[in-house]
Amino acid sequence: MTHATQTLDQMRPPFPAETGAGVYSNKLGMWVFLASDVMFFTALIGSYVILRFGMATAWARPGAVLNVPLTGLNTFLLICSSVSMVKAYAAIADGKKYFLRKVPGKTLQDGGLKFWMLITIICGAGFVGVQVFEYIKLVGHGFTPTGYREGSLLAEHALADPVKYGAGVAGMYGSTFFTMTGFHGFHVTCGVISMLYLYFTKVLPEKYSPQDYRGIEVIGLYWHFVDLVWIILFTIVYLI
Amino acid sequence: MTTPAPQTTTTHVRPNYMLIWLYLFVMTIAEVLLAFELPVSQNLKLILLLILAVWKAMLVALFFMHLKFERWRLRLIFIVPLPLAAILVTTVIMEKVF
Repeated sequence: MTHATQTLDQMRPPFPAETGAGVYSNKLGMWVFLASDVMFFTALIGSYVILRFGMATAWARPGAVLNVPLTGLNTFLLICSSVSMVKAYAAIADGKKYFLRKVPGKTLQDGGLKFWMLITIICGAGFVGVQVFEYIKLVGHGFTPTGYREGSLLAEHALADPVKYGAGVAGMYGSTFFTMTGFHGFHVTCGVISMLYLYFTKVLPEKYSPQDYRGIEVIGLYWHFVDLVWIILFTIVYLI
Repeated sequence: MTTPAPQTTTTHVRPNYMLIWLYLFVMTIAEVLLAFELPVSQNLKLILLLILAVWKAMLVALFFMHLKFERWRLRLIFIVPLPLAAILVTTVIMEKVF
């Protein structure tokens, strides 16, 4: 570390707690952003619910078009990433910075910030990868944002069994599905990119300490929110 | 010069995160089984699935996001948009129904 960088770090203001909510400004800012994101996703989910239950009998049945086992696996990945994120937070708060370290008297090794953050990034990237794979498969089968593609296998199925496949509202089904899951996937992608940035610029160089781990807490809040939204989306879009 | 301790320092006992992960995992399996395997009526299925989803979301918000241990003033930031969102959806539903 150069002298100039050291000076810059030392001149960084300490954690000034805001007088209102009693938290530091980065965290308050993230909470305000999440509150606005609640409204954003509610608008999407609310629109979907209104459209869906306005013509419930015409909608495709759960599992008819979408691959629920694959998405179940994706949900599992995101839940795992959420717990690894909170473990990363706990690790740095307790002063554990390392990948793995031996614990006296225990056979299992203890993970630190670097280990849990890496697990979180891998699970998050895995979620995005599976979602891209799911999209490719769906579009390949003829399920597009504008509905069932003419001449596709899915369009033939829909003609043969319009009740199961919801042929009458296929366009609406496709557009709502891709909009909701697409925006969520975009949030996950942004989260993974942000975590990668933090990992290489702050976590690996060991810039966080038990006295200063604001970045981990703030990105953690975002990541858990993304998980929370997916829990609702998975139920509403895939299971109901 | 040492940096002062952050406001994030927790004074509460840290929850068992792995146990919460187990709850989330079991509830996800229960949801999938309920949706596709269990012979229950459509309305009951809908209600149970929504309850499970909200329960899971609450676990994440309370324990992973530490809302349970935050001050009420901070919790309000997250809670206030929820009734507004409910009003938004209800209004649009009423517009459609009437």
